[in-house]
Amino acid sequence: MTTTELFRAEGLGKTYPGVRANDDVSFSVGAGEIHALLGENGAGKSTLVKMIYGLVRPDAGHMRLGGAAHAPADPHAARAAGVGMVFQHFSLFDALTVAENIALGMDAPPPRRELSQRIAEVSAAYGLPLNPARRIASLSAGERQRVEIVRCLLGGPRLLIMDEPTSVLTPQEAEILFATLRKLAAQGTAILYISHKLDEIRAHCDRATILRQGRVVGTVSPRDHSARELAAMMVGAEMRLVDRSGRQTGEAVLTVAGLTSAAGHDGTLLRDVGFAVHAGEILGIGGVAGNGQEELIAALSGETVGRPGTVTLTGTDLSGLGPEPRRRAGLLAAPEDRLGHAAVPEMSLTENALLTGATRQGLARGGLIDHGATRAFAERIIAAFDVRTPGPGTPAASLSGGNLQKFVIGREIMQQPRALVVNQPTWGVDAGAAAAIRQALLDLARGGAAVVVISQDLDELLELSDRFAALNNGRLSAPVPTEGLTIEQIGLMLGGAHGMEVAHVAA
Amino acid sequence: MLRLEPRPAAPRWLEFATPLMAVAATMIAGGILFALMGFDPVAAVRTIFWDPLFGTAAGYSRPQLLVKAGPLILIACGLAVGFRAGIWNIGAEGQYIVGGITGAAVALAAYPAEGAWIFPAMVVAGAAGGWAWGMIPAMLRNWFGASEILVSLMLVYVAQKLAAWMAFGPMRNPEGFGMPGSRNLQQYPAAANPELVAGTGAHWGVVAAALAVVATWFLMSRHIRGFHIRAAGLAPRAARFAGVRPAVLVAFCLGLSGALAGMAGLFEASGPGGQIIDSFGSGYGFTAIIVAFLGRLHPLGILLAGLLLALTYIGGELAQLTMQLPAATVQVFQGMLLFFLLGFDTLTRFRIRLGKGGA
Repeated sequence: MTTTELFRAEGLGKTYPGVRANDDVSFSVGAGEIHALLGENGAGKSTLVKMIYGLVRPDAGHMRLGGAAHAPADPHAARAAGVGMVFQHFSLFDALTVAENIALGMDAPPPRRELSQRIAEVSAAYGLPLNPARRIASLSAGERQRVEIVRCLLGGPRLLIMDEPTSVLTPQEAEILFATLRKLAAQGTAILYISHKLDEIRAHCDRATILRQGRVVGTVSPRDHSARELAAMMVGAEMRLVDRSGRQTGEAVLTVAGLTSAAGHDGTLLRDVGFAVHAGEILGIGGVAGNGQEELIAALSGETVGRPGTVTLTGTDLSGLGPEPRRRAGLLAAPEDRLGHAAVPEMSLTENALLTGATRQGLARGGLIDHGATRAFAERIIAAFDVRTPGPGTPAASLSGGNLQKFVIGREIMQQPRALVVNQPTWGVDAGAAAAIRQALLDLARGGAAVVVISQDLDELLELSDRFAALNNGRLSAPVPTEGLTIEQIGLMLGGAHGMEVAHVAA
Repeated sequence: MLRLEPRPAAPRWLEFATPLMAVAATMIAGGILFALMGFDPVAAVRTIFWDPLFGTAAGYSRPQLLVKAGPLILIACGLAVGFRAGIWNIGAEGQYIVGGITGAAVALAAYPAEGAWIFPAMVVAGAAGGWAWGMIPAMLRNWFGASEILVSLMLVYVAQKLAAWMAFGPMRNPEGFGMPGSRNLQQYPAAANPELVAGTGAHWGVVAAALAVVATWFLMSRHIRGFHIRAAGLAPRAARFAGVRPAVLVAFCLGLSGALAGMAGLFEASGPGGQIIDSFGSGYGFTAIIVAFLGRLHPLGILLAGLLLALTYIGGELAQLTMQLPAATVQVFQGMLLFFLLGFDTLTRFRIRLGKGGA
């Protein structure tokens, strides 16, 4: 299928503070090829295409387009080199017409009458019916996307990047889009197609490059693999043998029953979530982000309160209590978002130690802050968790993601909780720090605490947890022992390829 | 196109330097303005900023400094606490007026009784009045999500109407020959708020302002409540995670700033103002916003900024008298001060870039 190579990336890398978004990414796209870029949220797909489109500059590696070096300083340069991109979110002005919007997005728009004629030509040639004089406000989502595509096509791109194009389309509109893409490919245009809809990719794409945690897992022919196999490559769960010795499971410590929440900020709600975690046990909760993880940790930390009897700690009903009384009772939490949720970015580590440590550590008896004791507590966290920082007076925002994560998790662990809930404990953290955090969670459980780890990283969950449950669209599956659990079974619990699509439509 | 781009890290000393730069820029811009109007710029700036303290008539104007700075500092301390939490009480002027009315009401009801309880009761009533007026935007925000900025601001105009009604109606002095305005509390010893030390201008309101500075400092840097207030202003989600209940914080901040503004109103009504008249609100509540920001929302800064803004009041009046400068001079100066402060603040955090923005 692949005839001549049009685009090649070699060893591309991009690091954001604390996150290795892309690491040694190499792949190639041939002229006339529809090439899928496949990966979970946060796998690095967006960063990769932003580098190709000149929105982000790579730290490492290089790209070639049509035989010449491709290092666009900005999207203008990328467009000039023959790269076009259709974004998931449209940038169109509702009050203007199709032609006016297209003219606004062009680097050198031709006169209006000529432009309208060319729009009509292009839309006819590629089967994208579009009236240049219509106002955007009167167009459907599919028609708006056509405006974006036509805008790109007028530039005559050699490489067209489409970011999750079908997420806003009806099935019929999607069919029209694929017909257009095939026509473009037949004329030699290379198409880089981002999606996580596996069936779509298997039906329409020639090759697929799969990304996981910023790295290329492999480039495959999607038609030769089942959707389930592709999903397994995307989430990349491999069984690992870990030493879980020295832990004794005791009686139930944290019991959640019939937990139902109102819709969160992204519209997800918890539906009748229930589980029990025992002393010395780690319960792993997996699932793609946006399926209720944020809502679950908020309901456990006390940021949202629930009906009586939904959250119980060793027989004490905490359901109606806020974060402080729950901490006093021994239920602690570490949310996913380090900056702005688990910690105040502008405040020092000492002040951030006070943020959740005030009650259990007795740092503010009678409301009066004991600055000396607070600083000492921060210093103990820094020493015990090897937080690399000049000192406790350093603002949280100036720490790397991994170091701040160690501090945030350490702050809760040092308070000796009876039950600890963490969300994405090692997200964006380098391997060394991640291992330290996982070990600390295991040690905590060894000491008799009940631990809940919410994560998207299946490797991590299999390594840490005694039992595993999947959170899908606000529902939690019944926890099963991780011992002997296969990737097939996990795939089924997560809803498999089918479930991912459902989750995607709902999102 | 002009574009603002964040600077990597602004040095810390700039935070303290910008208020001084703003004052200097205000003097220069004010001088240019006066020159354009045909006045001697050096003389005008000297009349406003120097003469009230060290000029020939300083003996009369110097005590006025504390008289004007007292309410400004008292109100600004309360406002700064709320501003730190991201709760924007713009209606201190209204809380000041209502506090003056409720405090004076106690005195007028007690008249002509004598007793040591009267003045303290007035202070409590004044604080309660301001607190209640501040609780209106707090409750509307907590119950319906109404913007406290708009509600508190609009309530200023309600309070002004209330003052006018009081002056012409229920509180009108029965022995005042039909003139609008309440009895003069200065002439009612049990309710008067006199100058405590002759020649200083210091009355009980100045004492309260000094106490407020110390108390605010204690709250914000030593007490867990102040810590929660700062956390809520910097990262609301983190504050909620720590256990701060936003509704409680809104009520606390608007209630506190309202109570302090109400107290300032009472000290004015029973002291320098002496009575409730229809124009009782004289803009202290608005100027205190400038004081709070110029003072970097820090109690010590507020103390200095309050004295400076008080100086512009006195100097402006002096310039009106001696140089026939227009009455709006004071407001122009105060406005410029805030303008330059915000401008310099923006420029320390961002740099201006010429050229097109991102695609």
